[in-house]
Amino acid sequence: MIEQVSLHRILKSTALKKSNLFFLLFLFVSIAMQASNVKGDVHENATTEEPASDTGETPYDPTEDIMHHIADSHGWHLFDWKGREVGIPLPIILYTEKGLVVFSSSSFHHDLNGEHIVEAKGQRFINFHDKIYYASEKASEKGSYAQFNEMTHAIDNKKPWDISITKNVASLLLSAIIILWLFLSVARFYKRQETHSSPKGVAAFMEPIIVFVRDEIAKENIGPHYKRFVPLLLTFFFFIWINNVMGLVPLFPGGANVTGNIAVTMVLAIIVMIVTNINGNKNYWSHIFWMPGVPIAVKPLLAVVEFIGIFTKPFSLMIRLFANITAGHIIVLSLISLIFIFETALVSPVSVLLTLFISVLEILVTALQAYIFTLLTALYIGSALHEEHH
Amino acid sequence: MTGSIAALGAGLAVIGIGIGIGQIGGHAMDAIARNPEASNKISSNMIITAALVEGAGLFGIVVSLLK
Repeated sequence: MIEQVSLHRILKSTALKKSNLFFLLFLFVSIAMQASNVKGDVHENATTEEPASDTGETPYDPTEDIMHHIADSHGWHLFDWKGREVGIPLPIILYTEKGLVVFSSSSFHHDLNGEHIVEAKGQRFINFHDKIYYASEKASEKGSYAQFNEMTHAIDNKKPWDISITKNVASLLLSAIIILWLFLSVARFYKRQETHSSPKGVAAFMEPIIVFVRDEIAKENIGPHYKRFVPLLLTFFFFIWINNVMGLVPLFPGGANVTGNIAVTMVLAIIVMIVTNINGNKNYWSHIFWMPGVPIAVKPLLAVVEFIGIFTKPFSLMIRLFANITAGHIIVLSLISLIFIFETALVSPVSVLLTLFISVLEILVTALQAYIFTLLTALYIGSALHEEHH
Repeated sequence: MTGSIAALGAGLAVIGIGIGIGQIGGHAMDAIARNPEASNKISSNMIITAALVEGAGLFGIVVSLLK
């Protein structure tokens, strides 16, 4: 109730509609973020790629470089200093045949080609393109301990179970801290407040968004029993939004591609699937297995289609978020790699301006994808709770 | 010319999304022009439909990414 009253005041005083306020907030965030974003992107690419273009032996391969940048990694690369990589080493935790093995990723000395062996508990490990394998007995001609299948060219080495704290995991923990801080400070504000004053500080920033998720997403699409699902929807919204935004920041606290990782979006989608189906009422299941109001011959056919629908709905949620965020990162990185493809600094103004444009667009996409994911979740839950009517 | 034919697939998928979202956006603008009062409802529905169309197209793009 408190929320409602104070929000009402803001809305009256500023004469802004809820949705307009919402988008204004995004605009502020976007302007603040822009400067660091573009600079960082150029810097990051320039430093990692200079050695390759200097030698001039192999033509620059943008695909490999871009895939390396959007993939997860075992260390958090910050910048290069006098030709040496500077970064935060992250712990590598492996579940091997001889039990748990823990060591720092710095013991690989930035080697990604499987040339450097780390020994632990009598086992030898190599890091090949940020995946940990058991090293093979002998090195190949190139000095790599990775062995390849002659037919498929896939790596032949065995892999231990890798439960390391990678860059994505570290970034997830970081965003969890941010989200906890945001929500705890909002909660603290409302706990302390005795009169119905308008919110201040973090609460003033968060309240319109929280009320937007509650009223425009949950209440609108779930129906009368929406209250139970508001915490879930709020968590989805802020988790996706904050991780999307952090993915756009190329400097240290950001830069990991968390929501562009299909495993992360898969877990989110599985949560949606479980929540939808355990809350499904009789009406929901009858619409899946015995659709009312259609000829009896069509019912089994529709049952098959609707049953597949249980899985395709979360699947599309997973793909949508993953592909949108990954595509955004790929576009930004490809525009920057134009400089290295043409091998001239003259392209850089064009490249930077296009990156700026795409980054602004991406900031819209960060919020939009969080909104769509939450909205569709609410719609699916709403359909599961929908009561029969004729 | 070297390269993967997967890029063609991605391009074709994008044509589909482009037509679909263009239609949705165009008709939504039309609807808002006819009934500006309902613009909030129309735009949120527009976003949902656009997301569904885009999702279908993204399947194509992801497949061509995986090649």
